[in-house]
Amino acid sequence: MAVKTRRYSARDVTILVIGLGMAIVVNVGLIWGPTLASVGLSATGWNGIGPIEWVGGQNYHDLAAEYPPFWSAVRNNLLWLGFLGLIATPFGLFCAVLLDRRLRLSRVYQSALYMPVVLSLAVVGFIAQLVYSSDYGVLNAVTGLTVDWLGDSSINIWVVMVAAGWRHVGYVMVIYLAGLKAVDPALKEAAAIDGADERQAFFRVVFPTLRPVNVIVLVITVIEALRAFDIVYAINKGRNGLELLSVLVTENIVGEASRIGFGSAIAVILLVISLGFIVTYLSQMFREER
Amino acid sequence: MDRRLPISRRNLLLGAAALGVPAALVGCGSDDTPAPAGGRSAGNLGTVTIGSNASDEIPKKSLETQVKAFTQATVKINTVDHNTFQENINRYLRGTPEDVFTWFAGYRMQFFAAQGLATDVSDVWREIGGDYTQAFKDQSTGTDGKQYFVPATYYPWAVFYRKSVWQEKGYQPPATLDEFTALAGKMKADGLIPIAFADKDGWPAMGTFDILNMRINGYDFHVSLMAGKESWTDPKVKQVFDTWRGLMEYHQPAALGRTWQEAGQSLAQKKTGMYLLGMFVAQQFPEADRADLDFFTFPEINPAYGTDSIDAPIDGYMISAKARNVDGAKALLKHLAQASSQNIATKLDPGTLAASSKADTSGYSALQKRGAELVSKATHIAQFLDRDTRPDFASTVMIPSLQSFVSKPGEIDSLLASIEKQKANIFR
Repeated sequence: MAVKTRRYSARDVTILVIGLGMAIVVNVGLIWGPTLASVGLSATGWNGIGPIEWVGGQNYHDLAAEYPPFWSAVRNNLLWLGFLGLIATPFGLFCAVLLDRRLRLSRVYQSALYMPVVLSLAVVGFIAQLVYSSDYGVLNAVTGLTVDWLGDSSINIWVVMVAAGWRHVGYVMVIYLAGLKAVDPALKEAAAIDGADERQAFFRVVFPTLRPVNVIVLVITVIEALRAFDIVYAINKGRNGLELLSVLVTENIVGEASRIGFGSAIAVILLVISLGFIVTYLSQMFREER
Repeated sequence: MDRRLPISRRNLLLGAAALGVPAALVGCGSDDTPAPAGGRSAGNLGTVTIGSNASDEIPKKSLETQVKAFTQATVKINTVDHNTFQENINRYLRGTPEDVFTWFAGYRMQFFAAQGLATDVSDVWREIGGDYTQAFKDQSTGTDGKQYFVPATYYPWAVFYRKSVWQEKGYQPPATLDEFTALAGKMKADGLIPIAFADKDGWPAMGTFDILNMRINGYDFHVSLMAGKESWTDPKVKQVFDTWRGLMEYHQPAALGRTWQEAGQSLAQKKTGMYLLGMFVAQQFPEADRADLDFFTFPEINPAYGTDSIDAPIDGYMISAKARNVDGAKALLKHLAQASSQNIATKLDPGTLAASSKADTSGYSALQKRGAELVSKATHIAQFLDRDTRPDFASTVMIPSLQSFVSKPGEIDSLLASIEKQKANIFR
C-alpha cells in the first residue's frame, strides 16, 4: 500500500509541472492577462501616452449615453447575428438538402455556392462595392435605379449582410452536405415505408440525426456574427450605418491618439456578449457528456 | 541670418554646405537614377534615419531625390504605408523612432510636442526662418513658443471647376454667398449637378465645414473651436450648419456612398459644375485635361472676415524626442528646408506647393502658380479640421457627426448637443 500512495515519480511531477506550467503561462499570458487588462483599462481614461487616470464607470456611462455609434453598433451586431442565424444558415441548409438529392448539375451548383467561401470577407467587401456603388455599381446600372445602397444608413447594413450571407451560405452548405452524406439511408427508407412524406422524413428523421452538425453550425454562425469586421471596414471603415462593436474598438484604440480606456470599455461589452454564447455552449456540451 | 545669435563656425559651415551643395546638384536635375539611400560614404555627421509616411510612388521618389543631395551624413529612409504610419504614430514615437519623421503642421504637431515626443528645433529656425512667412512659422510653433516642425510642402483648398465648361455656359466665379447660390441654381437649371460632393471617406466634409466656419466666424473662432474652447451649441456654430443645409440641395446626392476620387471623376467628366477640395483633385484629371482645371476661393459670407482664411495643410518634418543623431537630424532638416529641396518636390508632385518663400516658382504649372497666389493673399492658413484639433476628437466624434449631418441635414440641434457632450468627454 505504501508504495501505491506515491503514484508519481519525481520525473513525472517535473514533466507535469513543466507541461501544465507552460499551458498555464500561455493561457494567462495570452488570454486571461489581456482580458483582465482590458477590463481594468476600461475603468481608466488613458490616451496611451500620459499617466493612467482612474475614472470608474465613466466610460460606460459615456458609451451608453453620449456616444451615438455605440447603439447603432449593438443593433447592427444583433441584426448580423439574426440575419446569419435565421436566414443565411437555414438557406445554407436548404441548399445542402437540395444538392444532396443529386439534382442534375448538382456539382456545378455546389461549386458555385462554395466559391465565395475561399474569399476573405474584405475581398467580399470590395466586390460588394462594385455591385452596390451608386455611381458605377452593377446593380444600379442594370436596374436603372439611383439608390445609394452603401451611403444610405437605413439600407446599407442590409445589403452588406446580403454580401456577407453570400459567403456564409456556401460555408454552411458544405458542412451540412458532409453531415447529410453521413445519414444512414436506411433511416429514410424506414420513414418512407412508415408512410412519411419527404418533409416529414426530413424534419422528423433526418434533421434530428444532424444534431452534432447543427451545434457546429450554430457555433460557427455566432462566431462569424461577432467577429464581423473586415467587410464593413473595407467598405467605409465601419461608419455611417455600418457600425459594429469590433469596428468601434479598433476605431478608438488604434489611432493617432488612442482612447484606450474608452475603447476597452467597448471591448468589454463585446466580451460580455460573447461570454453569454460561450457559457451557454459549454454548459450544453458538459451536460451532454454527463 | 538672425543677428541676435552667435553662429558657431560649424553651423556656418553646415549652412554653407546645405545651401551650396544641393543647389549644385539640382543643376544637373535630369539625373534620375536614384542612388540607393545610404550607399554613399558617410558624411561627418554619421547616419541619420528618417521615418517616412511617403509611401505613394511620387512622394516617395520625391523624398529620395531630395535626400540624395544631402552629403553631410548618410541617410536611411524607412518608408511605412501612409495610413499605418499615421495610426501608429503614438506607439512609434514612444518606441524606437527614427531621428527625423514626416508629419503635419499645426495642432497635430503641437499635440505630440506637448507630450514631450518631439525635439525642439528653434535653433534650426534661427537659420531657416528667413525663408518662411510668419504664417508658416506659426504653424511650426508649439504651445510653449518653441518650434518643433519644418514645413516642406502644402496644398490649398479651393473650389475647383473646368474652364471649358464655365466658358461654354458663361459662368463667372462668385464673390459672395448669394452669387454662389445663384450660380449653383443656374447650373442646376442647365442640367449640371452644381457641387460635387463625397464623404464616404469621412474627411472631405470637414473641408466644407471648415471653410463655412471660417467665412462666417473667422479664423480665430475656428482655432478656439477646434481647441475645444468654444461650445458646439453656440449659435455661431449653428449658423454654419444652417448655411450648409441651405446649400445642401445643390450638393451631389448620395455623398456618403462616394469617395473623393469618384466625385473628382464627376467633375472631370463634366457632370458636376464645381468641387470644393484640396489641390490634389488634379490627380483625378488626365494629363491632357489638367490645363482645363481652375479654381476660385470660397466666396465671402461675413464681410468682417471676407476671404482672409483658407485651409492649406502643411506637410513637413520633425525630430523625435528619442533621436540618437540630433546634430545630423537638424542638418537634414535644414537641407529639407532649402528652396532647392522643395523645388524637387513641387516638380515631381504637381499637387503640392513649396513652403519656402525662396523656392523657385518659375517651374510651376498654371494651377500651382494660382495656388501659390491664393495662399499669398490669405491672412490666415488653417490646417484642416482633423489637423487643427485632437486626433481622437476628429476621428471618433467629428467624422460620424458630419456624416450624420449629411444624411439628415434637418437635425442640427440634437447633433450639436451630442457633439458638445462628446467633446466634453474627450477634452477633459
